[in-house]
Amino acid sequence: MAVASIVGGASIAQAQTAEQFVPLLVYRTGQFAPLGIPWADGKQDYLKLVNARDGGVNGVKLTYEECETAYDAAKGVECYERLKTKGSGASGFDTQSTGITFAVTDKAFVDKVSVETPGYGLSQSSDGTVFEWNFPLLGTYWTAADVMMQDIAKKEKGNLKGKKIALVYHDSPYGKEPIALLQKRAAAQGFELSLFPVTPPGVEQKSTWLQIRQQKPDYVLFWSAGVMTPAGIREAQASGYPREKIYAIWWAGSDHDVKDIGAGAKGYNAITIHNSSAKDKVQDDLKKIVYDKGQGTGPADSIGSLAHTRGMMISMLQVEAIRAAQEKYGKGKAMTPEQVRWGFENLNLTADKLKALGFGEIMRPVKTSCANHMGDDWARIVQWDGGKWELKSDWYQSDKTYIDPLVKEYSAKYAKDKNIKPRAC
Amino acid sequence: MFYRENGQFKSSYRADLALFPIAQDRWAMLLLAAICFVAVPLLVSDYAFRAVLIPFLILSLAAIGLNILVGYCGQISLGTGAFMAVGAYAAYNLQVRVEGMPLVLSILGGGVAAMALGVVFGIPSLRIRGLYLAVATLAAQFFIDWFTNRVKWVTNDSPSGSVGVRTLQMLGYEFNTPVQKYLLCLCFVVVFGFLAKNLVRGAIGREWMAMRDMDVAAAVIGIRPVYAKLTAFAVSSFIVGVAGALWGFVHLGAWEPAAFGIEKSFQLLFMIIIGGLGSIAGCFFGAAFIVLLPLLLNYVPHWLGLSISTATASHLEHMIFGALIVFFLIVEPHGLARLWSTARQKLRLWPFPH
Repeated sequence: MAVASIVGGASIAQAQTAEQFVPLLVYRTGQFAPLGIPWADGKQDYLKLVNARDGGVNGVKLTYEECETAYDAAKGVECYERLKTKGSGASGFDTQSTGITFAVTDKAFVDKVSVETPGYGLSQSSDGTVFEWNFPLLGTYWTAADVMMQDIAKKEKGNLKGKKIALVYHDSPYGKEPIALLQKRAAAQGFELSLFPVTPPGVEQKSTWLQIRQQKPDYVLFWSAGVMTPAGIREAQASGYPREKIYAIWWAGSDHDVKDIGAGAKGYNAITIHNSSAKDKVQDDLKKIVYDKGQGTGPADSIGSLAHTRGMMISMLQVEAIRAAQEKYGKGKAMTPEQVRWGFENLNLTADKLKALGFGEIMRPVKTSCANHMGDDWARIVQWDGGKWELKSDWYQSDKTYIDPLVKEYSAKYAKDKNIKPRAC
Repeated sequence: MFYRENGQFKSSYRADLALFPIAQDRWAMLLLAAICFVAVPLLVSDYAFRAVLIPFLILSLAAIGLNILVGYCGQISLGTGAFMAVGAYAAYNLQVRVEGMPLVLSILGGGVAAMALGVVFGIPSLRIRGLYLAVATLAAQFFIDWFTNRVKWVTNDSPSGSVGVRTLQMLGYEFNTPVQKYLLCLCFVVVFGFLAKNLVRGAIGREWMAMRDMDVAAAVIGIRPVYAKLTAFAVSSFIVGVAGALWGFVHLGAWEPAAFGIEKSFQLLFMIIIGGLGSIAGCFFGAAFIVLLPLLLNYVPHWLGLSISTATASHLEHMIFGALIVFFLIVEPHGLARLWSTARQKLRLWPFPH
């Protein structure tokens, strides 16, 4: 039976009533586990909440299964293969990794399954005409780098000429994503960009920060994740580089990244794709309906932490895509992966809707379309004051004069490489 | 009993030199081939192809390559991941830069590039051996990691350093479905498996084994160490390079340098140690052990209906896997292939052991 089950794709008895399957790719082990655990808890918690509070999406219960990738591409591919046809079919994969996104993107075209990569993934995949199945909702690494540069430009009174900007990055596709945008901006605004790759997992960064001390860049953009983040902040502290001048990407701006360093990280800036420090009704609901009944996924004190909130938000986007699909294809029915894709492409989360969902304080309205798979990107800068995150800026949107040509250029290249004929939108 | 060769007389040199001299073996192999080529494609699910069988076949091929070097010629290598990476990136570049390049040619081209690198990194083996050589081949690993990460030309100026292949196409025929991909890999494995088996049985294989067992004695009886060692490096890295190209093209489709990191080198070394050094069949056993066992362990809680958290399952998997490796190596330090041959020996005498 054991062999039969593995050969048969491990199909466990399928549901009789309408059930919607959501695959959960997670990394609870490996080098990024500190980030991955609350993220995974948040993703699962929101699905539990929707089932417990609303009885599912219009009565359709959400089912889910986790699969551990450990941030490894080959394992991620195995998980993807295992879960893509389960139950009603995978509603969409939040792969949690740039590398796995790359590997899965090519397969998703063929399998017709959506890949949801909020805040990460392939930056050019916001072009829906080429990337029919990819949804880098809310923002990409290009929009993030753009917003960071906007905030820096504001501090420098608009003039970046002759300034030195350093990018310290995880030496992997994830860390390299912002380079293309930064080079474009450097050419246009006349700042000098220097690149400092850090070999994963990034525990050893002494030489990098010594070099930074020598070169004295005006700002450091910090594209890090997992164990690399606290190691980097400690090195910055040891080499005396002011933390106020460090801008970290959203994955390097979680509570656990700075909590243990405490005052040593004071002044450290991070960009957030949502209103990190804010809490809203959804967290109260989760506590009351799920955690107080002992059905929570993780420890109760992780509710409201940055990574946990982000996990919930990602699941919320997934659920709303299913809801949007149901509105077109029939309420109360399980949606096929292709129908859910339509939902992702026609998301319209207005301020009122977000408020009703309990996310009103956490994020800004988002609307996607056939050509724009990212929707609207909003981000802001938060700063660690030694004990908690403080909002430091208002909401920014990326500057489309830099982003759009870059998206066009790279998606056209991708389309040519893969023989894809862009859709008309 | 089952393996009794009574009545099977060899009346020619040809028969004496056959790959499978015993009739039972020949039939078993034909049956196995029929199962692999006919029954499996008809019966098995897409998941099993893409997540189980294809990685198993490709890693078996890589293990064959490594086993030639380590198991047959005695040159310890920790650079297997690098040779795989060279195969994959060279094949990718051939596809990108040469219009209409047939798939098989670019995969073989990847093998040729890996062979060239293998020979270069094999040169130190003329002076050093054992653990010292392992460290020297480690340099290949680090160098290629650095090279594929930093030199933009290698990735065709991809902004993120990650590359993806186009449709797998050869002479107008496309390999799209998992079955087609599986059969493609299977053909490579069968062809290279036979080539490797015949090489190690032939004169060159004997030279390799002589070098492995005692290089001074081998030199005294007229074996040229330079020739023997470098051919072992060349053949080994050629096969490993082909496996690397298949891993990138067929299994992953898109990859980053981390896909061929040092863990891959270690994984392959474990495969041949567990499977059996100096045995072609052992490569398959080792690959099966390393690829299938973690998946199996992953499924066991499911079958038992236990709901343990993903993280716990993953930790348990590592612990049990480690314990099994230790257990097997204590029971049979010569690997699973030796267990298999012991079993065959026992079957030959059964039911009258002496």
